[in-house]
Amino acid sequence: MKRINFHVLGPLVALVLLILLGWFLNPAFLAPANITNVLARSAFIGLIAVGMTFVITSGGLDLSVGSMAAFLAGITIMAINALAPYTGVNWGTVLLGMGVALFGGLLAGTINGTLITKARIEPFIVTLGTMGIFRSLVTWLADGGTLSLTSDMRTLYRPVYYSGIGWITWPIITFAVVAILGELMMRHTRFGRYVEAIGSNDRVARYSAVNVNRIKLMTYMLLGALVGLAVIIYVPRLGSASGSTGIGWELEAIASVIIGGTALKGGTGRVWGTVVGVLILSLIDNILNLTSLVSPYLNGAIQGVIIVLAVVLQREKRTAGER
Amino acid sequence: MVGVSGGAVLAQGGEKKVIGISIPSATHGFMGGLNWHAQETIKRLNTTYPHIEFVLSTAGDASKQVNDIEDMIATRNIDALVVLPFESEPLTAPVKSVKEAGKWVTVVDRGLSEEGIEDLYVAGDNTAFGRVAGDYFKAHLKSGAKIVILRGIPTTLDNERVEAFEKAIDGSGIEILDKQHGNWNRDDAFKVMQDYLTKFPQIDAVWAADDDMALGVLEAISASKREKEMWVIGGAGMKEIVKRIMDKDPQLPVDVTYPPALISSAIEMTVLNFESDAPMSGRFIIGSRLITPENAAKFYFPDSPF
Repeated sequence: MKRINFHVLGPLVALVLLILLGWFLNPAFLAPANITNVLARSAFIGLIAVGMTFVITSGGLDLSVGSMAAFLAGITIMAINALAPYTGVNWGTVLLGMGVALFGGLLAGTINGTLITKARIEPFIVTLGTMGIFRSLVTWLADGGTLSLTSDMRTLYRPVYYSGIGWITWPIITFAVVAILGELMMRHTRFGRYVEAIGSNDRVARYSAVNVNRIKLMTYMLLGALVGLAVIIYVPRLGSASGSTGIGWELEAIASVIIGGTALKGGTGRVWGTVVGVLILSLIDNILNLTSLVSPYLNGAIQGVIIVLAVVLQREKRTAGER
Repeated sequence: MVGVSGGAVLAQGGEKKVIGISIPSATHGFMGGLNWHAQETIKRLNTTYPHIEFVLSTAGDASKQVNDIEDMIATRNIDALVVLPFESEPLTAPVKSVKEAGKWVTVVDRGLSEEGIEDLYVAGDNTAFGRVAGDYFKAHLKSGAKIVILRGIPTTLDNERVEAFEKAIDGSGIEILDKQHGNWNRDDAFKVMQDYLTKFPQIDAVWAADDDMALGVLEAISASKREKEMWVIGGAGMKEIVKRIMDKDPQLPVDVTYPPALISSAIEMTVLNFESDAPMSGRFIIGSRLITPENAAKFYFPDSPF
């Protein structure tokens, strides 16, 4: 019993240790401004990773989310720029843009999910394909350059990323709310139970009268919508999107989910663990930038070691617990 | 592979020639600009020299680029190749075999790993890129001033630039607080700059070394409300940045060029090799110039995506 508890708390312990290390290396680490920065930055990957937790728990995978985010950011910016002359520079236009992002995300998720469930193609292959498609589309739409919001719309939209209630900015609030809802959904709803059931054995789930295809489709739609939500708070940050937006986000999201204790083969999902995973990854980045401990050439290596280490530790604890 | 045909063959009496152009695809602002300039140049030269045919291909990685070049030799029978190697090492052997087949070879920007293959080498000046920026810092900051640097993607090209910059400010008493990789990416530069702002209470200036990164840096500075404390120098000549220099933005006093239009110089010179008696072989290094509010209009291309 004690062992199992430690296994569950593993990622949390790691997070606390990282925070202590950061604080020890540079007291500015715990300054409100730095905490706001790190949490707000984590929100994009965080929102996507919460959705990814459901997809992975159901036994699926989505490699297209980074490209999807870039593409959605591109069409959102284009939509806002195109609408502004007609609807005016006001929040109505921003809301329409947000609608484009959310609806676009839902649609993109539906496409991925439909190809996986109806055409019965491996999730890895489908999303590898759509990853390339979304990335090319945004490069094409931007003509190889960068799509930028017009400056008056930019000024209006900007507070969505940079302000909030005191130092708790809107991205942080959105991330927190989505994380709590996600945890509740996974633990306390029929949808969550079905997702876990499908992930551990989809044939058994099918015999238990679970509509496997519908639930799978829904996980991809949920993920798509969350990518849309991430785009809504990403666009006001720099007001632009290009072919290099969101590169590697899919891998960061997947890594966060795994660090958080969700099994890559599906069956068990832990949304709060994912949140901890996201925070661990962005804190490592932040601490390395704040301290110049090692050559910046090695930042990626350190993150890689920690990802592998986190999973190794969990594997060992799991077998220990099962024994 | 996109074939841009010259239409009427032998219209001007000149001999029909095919020029293959192989460049990286438009995944970064600079490459987007380079692609745009390549297409514009082809369009313009097609009207001037209808008997010259251009074959343009863009590649997302080195191995695709090798395939493109092999296809050009095998199926398009090119007379000359203008190539911006995605990476030096893997492209050296394929370009060498083009040369051995008796074709004219123009190499752009990134050199091959073996000397003496190309007939013509056209490139920007990475050392000058760092030096010109460094000279500006030295001239406009007092001794004891504190600056931070954002580096590009870890490459030898990036090392050359940073070394030249450091050499230029050597002995000025300017202190470099930190240099981290922003990977020529706006989002990464934003993050790194946020962390710099947390880490250092005093920063007098930033060398962002790229205009995409400069935009991310400016956003991080404005979020921390420290705009008045520091100015930022980017690099390359992105139209938004050039516009702000024209408008005399105090935060962006100047920029250093590394023009994506260098591909145009390479294509034009390759064409002239066939169309004139002027000697075209050798090395053509395009200087890095300082864009100031006075001369900015000359560097402003509002139609380019970059």
